[in-house]
Amino acid sequence: MVNYYVRRTARVFATVFMVASLTFGLIRLLPGGPYTLLRTRLLRQGVPAAEVDARIANLQNIRPDAPLWEQYIDYMFALAQGNLGMSISLNEPVVAILAKSAPWTVFVVLVSTILVFVIGITLGALQAYWEGSRFDKVFSGISISLMSVPFYVIAVLALYVFAYQWGWFPTAGTIGRGVEPALSVPFVLSALEHSILPIFSYTIGAIGGQALAMRGNSIQILGNDYVQVAHLRGLSDRRIATRYVARNAILPMYTGFLLLLGFRLGGTVILEQIFSYTGLGYYLISALNTNDYPLMMGTFLVITVALVLGVYVADLTYSKIDPRISAGGSDEAY
Amino acid sequence: MKPTESESVDWRSGSTEAPDLTTRERLREIYDEQIRTPLFVAWADWRTRFGFLILAGYLLMAIVAVLGLWRDPSTNQAPRYLMAFENMQYPLGTTASGVDLAALIIHSTPDILLMITAGAVWATVVAVGIGTVAGYKGGRVDDVLMSFSDFVMAIPGLPLVIILAVTFSPENPILLGIVINISYWAGLGRSLRSQVLTIRENDYVEASRTMGVSTPKIIQKDVIPNLMPYITVNFVFAARYVMFASVGLYFLGVLPYSTQNWGVTLNFAYNSGALFSWSAAHWLLAPMVAIMGLSLGLILLGQGLDRVFNPRVRTRMTGKSESTADTDDEDTVTEVL
Repeated sequence: MVNYYVRRTARVFATVFMVASLTFGLIRLLPGGPYTLLRTRLLRQGVPAAEVDARIANLQNIRPDAPLWEQYIDYMFALAQGNLGMSISLNEPVVAILAKSAPWTVFVVLVSTILVFVIGITLGALQAYWEGSRFDKVFSGISISLMSVPFYVIAVLALYVFAYQWGWFPTAGTIGRGVEPALSVPFVLSALEHSILPIFSYTIGAIGGQALAMRGNSIQILGNDYVQVAHLRGLSDRRIATRYVARNAILPMYTGFLLLLGFRLGGTVILEQIFSYTGLGYYLISALNTNDYPLMMGTFLVITVALVLGVYVADLTYSKIDPRISAGGSDEAY
Repeated sequence: MKPTESESVDWRSGSTEAPDLTTRERLREIYDEQIRTPLFVAWADWRTRFGFLILAGYLLMAIVAVLGLWRDPSTNQAPRYLMAFENMQYPLGTTASGVDLAALIIHSTPDILLMITAGAVWATVVAVGIGTVAGYKGGRVDDVLMSFSDFVMAIPGLPLVIILAVTFSPENPILLGIVINISYWAGLGRSLRSQVLTIRENDYVEASRTMGVSTPKIIQKDVIPNLMPYITVNFVFAARYVMFASVGLYFLGVLPYSTQNWGVTLNFAYNSGALFSWSAAHWLLAPMVAIMGLSLGLILLGQGLDRVFNPRVRTRMTGKSESTADTDDEDTVTEVL
């Protein structure tokens, strides 16, 4: 057992290591290479070549004239020390920008995904319970319609109606102007006010899918013999609903939840752009538009690490939730 | 043959391979079992019918575009800022530069359909292959495949697509569809695997195994049919994801504007301030409606097809009592396909 956890933890580090290497390679594949653009710009401004090289080396802890493997080793060592270089466009350490922006993204994604999950499961369970009723039909219809609306359409419409037309919510940013980023009442209120629209648009569209999945799972489980036996044994409806049905229906959705979290972490690229919400995705796009490679790599890596940790937690906890699958139960090979 | 009666009949005819049957009769039986009955069941569900009709509408639009039955979009082909239905020659209205909106929508359709099909096929085929083999084989194979999936899954989807799109600027819609779904299979494969983990403990799988049936055959006959509802629904989801992601990325302006896409229209509308003036609202709404319509069609089709593959839902729908449906389930699951 201990062996499994050790192996699984080692795999986390291996994955992060490989993704970091891949990022290094990917960025180098980009048209024109990482620093060609900056280099020509500086050279055109009349900066001597040696100084240009020195500046670039300072930006990303790599020497542009060194062979590729040396650049790679330098890059990985800097990374291990938590040094992601300097942002070209914002002239700030990348780590500082990430530390500033990551909490917003994590906040929005986490809150909206939990909301999606809780509301979806509740709705789906109720629909399954009253299968075939008017409630079920109406909400199935609503769920299907909601699923066909991409979140950015909701975001654009919500921005138009609630922010521009009615002025209920701010149109951009994470906190109001002049609000001190300290743990105080005005800060929390301002942050909430700015995050309501992004969270709303990111939640609404995704509820339908979860509700339908939960409904399908529950109906399937309700038809099982052991549920009928439980009824015959005279167990209370409440006990059957929570211990027999809900538990088995939620189980397959659990791994899905963490996957969802990962997908949605990447999806914020579009969401944050619409609301000018300065999270990771916002900086990723702005880095892309300004050829700011260190910042691009940094945001990419941080999103990646968050995802790896999510999957890790899913794996370690799955055996706790579903006793039928023992951790490392895949030892028996066919 | 009514679908309700198929259970017991299927079981016998499938296992004995009666030698006195002529080829023609067997072909007929296969047709009945695998084509007519599923279609019948599918068509009986209003969602499938509705989904089919919507998709047929989009297919028609694509054909119209390919055959050149509707004018190509070009600037100044019409008065500027016509509202929708104002001039029936330009039913959806026109843009700020006098482009026919209907032409923009119609001529985007072929590429979008190609793109979502390519992306969905890619994602599902890879996911089913990796998920079933990893889940069923277990042991080292599972370890290797899942480590690989973990690695792919650890790369955030959209940001990776953005970087790949900027790097290779794929112009072919088929290629673009695959690029967008390049890592989609990992999550799907993983959830398929965890379902296979429970399926492979079933008695009939163990029976096949002790009888010495080969692994590919067990996966094909015993494992995949159980997953079919899940796979169909996820095929549709994968297609929907390609469309949502591609339109979103075109909307952001990070994909090369080489192909017509509703996202490009959306982007132009958004950036020319359609959000603030009522006179351009139709410009923003037309592509949105096109997106939602197509994804509604896909979802309805997925929901309806679920019934074809899901014997429990199927029997219940055709009016058979629940209790009998339950006892028959285990036999039919493997035989329906």
